[in-house]
Amino acid sequence: MPQHFVAPPLWAWYIVWYFFLGGLAGGAYLLGTLLRLNGDPRDEGVARLAFLVAFPAVVICPILLTLDLGHPLRFWHMLINSRTGGLNFKYWSPMSVGAWALLIFSFFVTVSFIEALFGAGWTRHSAARSIAGGLSGAFGHLFMVVGSLFGLFVAGYTGVLLSVSNQPVWSDTWALGGLFLASGLSVAAATLAILARSRADAVSTERKLSRADRFFVVLEILLLAAFFVTLGTLAGRLFAPRWIVLWVLVALGIVAPLVLNRVSGPGRLGSPGLAAFLVLLGGLALRIVLIFGAQM
Amino acid sequence: MARTVGFFTDTTLCIGCKACEVACKEWNQLPGHDPKFLDSFDNTGQLDDQNWRHVQFIERSTGNGGVAWSMMSDVCKHCSLASCMEVCPTNAIIRTEFDTVYIQPDVCNGCRDCIAACPYAVIGFNEKTGLAQKCTFCYGRLQNNLTPACAKVCPTQSIKFGELSEMRTVATARLQQLKAQGVSDAQLYGEKEYGGLHALFLLTDKPEAYKLPSVENAVLPSRNNARGYLASVVTAVLGVLGAVVAFRQRGEG
Repeated sequence: MPQHFVAPPLWAWYIVWYFFLGGLAGGAYLLGTLLRLNGDPRDEGVARLAFLVAFPAVVICPILLTLDLGHPLRFWHMLINSRTGGLNFKYWSPMSVGAWALLIFSFFVTVSFIEALFGAGWTRHSAARSIAGGLSGAFGHLFMVVGSLFGLFVAGYTGVLLSVSNQPVWSDTWALGGLFLASGLSVAAATLAILARSRADAVSTERKLSRADRFFVVLEILLLAAFFVTLGTLAGRLFAPRWIVLWVLVALGIVAPLVLNRVSGPGRLGSPGLAAFLVLLGGLALRIVLIFGAQM
Repeated sequence: MARTVGFFTDTTLCIGCKACEVACKEWNQLPGHDPKFLDSFDNTGQLDDQNWRHVQFIERSTGNGGVAWSMMSDVCKHCSLASCMEVCPTNAIIRTEFDTVYIQPDVCNGCRDCIAACPYAVIGFNEKTGLAQKCTFCYGRLQNNLTPACAKVCPTQSIKFGELSEMRTVATARLQQLKAQGVSDAQLYGEKEYGGLHALFLLTDKPEAYKLPSVENAVLPSRNNARGYLASVVTAVLGVLGAVVAFRQRGEG
């Protein structure tokens, strides 16, 4: 068993919520892109919702990160060297890479958000019209694909950030990046499925999202298994009595899409909605137990 | 003038007087935490933002029913390959002209990634200043050609200070002396770990007993970059493929 004599960084709720919303934003952007590029015209409404959802999530992320700093007004030191005025970028430090990725992803999300607002008819501003016009056609597709790559990074790098440390649990596994990404995709699919229920024209899209979510939770199960196998006996510290309720929520969030979506149907209204709600709770619980549990 | 400095802490000479802790706090104007009443004479507990030197009191069984104390004045190791410096996103942690590791207080933004990375639990977060803090190797004193406060006051010369090469020579000679005297457990810590430490320790037990990772366990955070990202990339590819398949199937209704 690896030796650890480290002190905990005391990352707490701001980081938990950042990890959750970062996964949601990255996943939602990707799913919105895929619904547009790979779905049918009936999916456009939910694709637009995906870009609308990604925006508030990604706006909150840097606020949470800034509030977590000991010196919030020095947030820009993440990007710019305050001594030399040059750029700070260390490809071997996930926190450094992540700061840049979040900034760039925010640009893509903001542009797509404005385009979605225009597409939904919520704004007729000339700038929004220009952006929507610019994003039509092949360039728009390329724009969304590149944005999705950054979204995937933002959803997953947070796990790598934890692993690139010397903390017990976090640094003893390679699975956290993949696990957070799979969970982020699942959370995003669940969020969009819940929102799609408000649209009469999105029944088929909701079912597509539920199918995708089932695939994401299978990935999550595999990565959780890899996580525990790589930890070995160290995993025991994540199963202190105080964390049991959270693990139950994690399990429900994984099982729900596999079970509830399948048994839903006429006369069983609400099951897919319940499944999606449990996915959100499970995704949050996973991050809480992994962040707090390893630091205890 | 650039120099490569080092500490050599000989634990066999430490008497646990804590003069090093006091001198460090005095010189660096560290108010300290409220005292803790722990099991032994230790009332500071660990290295952190206020304790840049910490005297460990380690109880060991002597094998004949008795208990012996090992004492060690712990400090930042100023690693040649420093985990804290590796992860610091703001470049607040630098290597000085003395080859020591220094946190620039005007650059640090208190993200605490260095605390997660330091394998020796050296760095602490100061809630009042909002900064990560640790031993500076008395940077100001070095710049004025003075000995760091802890080494200056150590009454038994358990803490020695000088050129790193000189410290290595002194440490090796002392190790040989102890071995010749029959102290078979004596060993030197810090020659290989993290590219060589700037704080060497002469121990009389295995490193783990002093909360020091063994050389096999002295690893850098960046070791997890490639495999962590690889797992993410594989997951991303599978996730995208899964979504593409799910979205292509005709929705019912």
